[in-house]
Amino acid sequence: MKNSLLIIGFFIAGIFAGYFSLLPSIILKSDISLYVLYALMFFVGIAIGANRKTWSVIKKARIRIVLVPLTVVIGTFAGVVITSFFINSISVSESLAVGAGFGYYSLSSVLIGQLKCEALGVIALVSNITREIITLLLTPFLAQYFGKLAPIASGGATSMDVTLPVITRYVGSEYAIIAVFSGIVLTILVPFLVTFILTV
Amino acid sequence: MVTVISIMTAGIVIGLFIRNMNGFLKKLDLVIILAIFLLLFFLGLAIGTNEMIIQNLGSYGLIALMLTTGGVAGSVALAFLVYKFIFKR
Repeated sequence: MKNSLLIIGFFIAGIFAGYFSLLPSIILKSDISLYVLYALMFFVGIAIGANRKTWSVIKKARIRIVLVPLTVVIGTFAGVVITSFFINSISVSESLAVGAGFGYYSLSSVLIGQLKCEALGVIALVSNITREIITLLLTPFLAQYFGKLAPIASGGATSMDVTLPVITRYVGSEYAIIAVFSGIVLTILVPFLVTFILTV
Repeated sequence: MVTVISIMTAGIVIGLFIRNMNGFLKKLDLVIILAIFLLLFFLGLAIGTNEMIIQNLGSYGLIALMLTTGGVAGSVALAFLVYKFIFKR
């Protein structure tokens, strides 16, 4: 929670600095942010590779458990594609890229902002933050009416950390393990899927 | 974009080899969050200097909310079916 406020703080500070031209324009024209992104992706890769949890989760995976993150990916993509038909100003692939954030708003928004355009980066930021907030608020409702996988699906990548406590409370510890698994798999998938969607 | 995936894959391979360097790995989380802060600041910067984006922030927000609703509804609906027909049995 502290981090999410800081993240929004930096983003808003950037908007102000840009709007009131507080920084020399050289910074804007330079490729600094692209190189920072490369460095970030390198470090994210190291973190994934060095994380024992990543590999033990993959080893433990049973077919049924693997279905959960797959469900989240397919369900989310189907939902955003249908939604994109109602929005004139956004293409199907752009919608898919935003959806492929699965709530991991910090990474998906900077990736999309850098690889596609800033406007879509903003959309990804707002959309994925709301996904996290919706999950925090609606988990009791979702668990009651749509089954124990529903809050895990809604949480997407956040079901392994930010939304895990509330999800655990309403689906029980047996399903909490599935939540962690699904969250980890989706977190790893986000950079790959977002980049892939924007390349195709 | 191929660059991004290659760089990340290289990171994963290196990560596999240095998984015992706990001190370094603890600092890594801090480096990652700092890089994300910096990049979001840059994203904000690019938006703040772009008059067109500033004027359209409202409609971008609306698009974002619509996409979230669609994405969450789609995944919850499918999760409901998977739970009912595969998990609950």
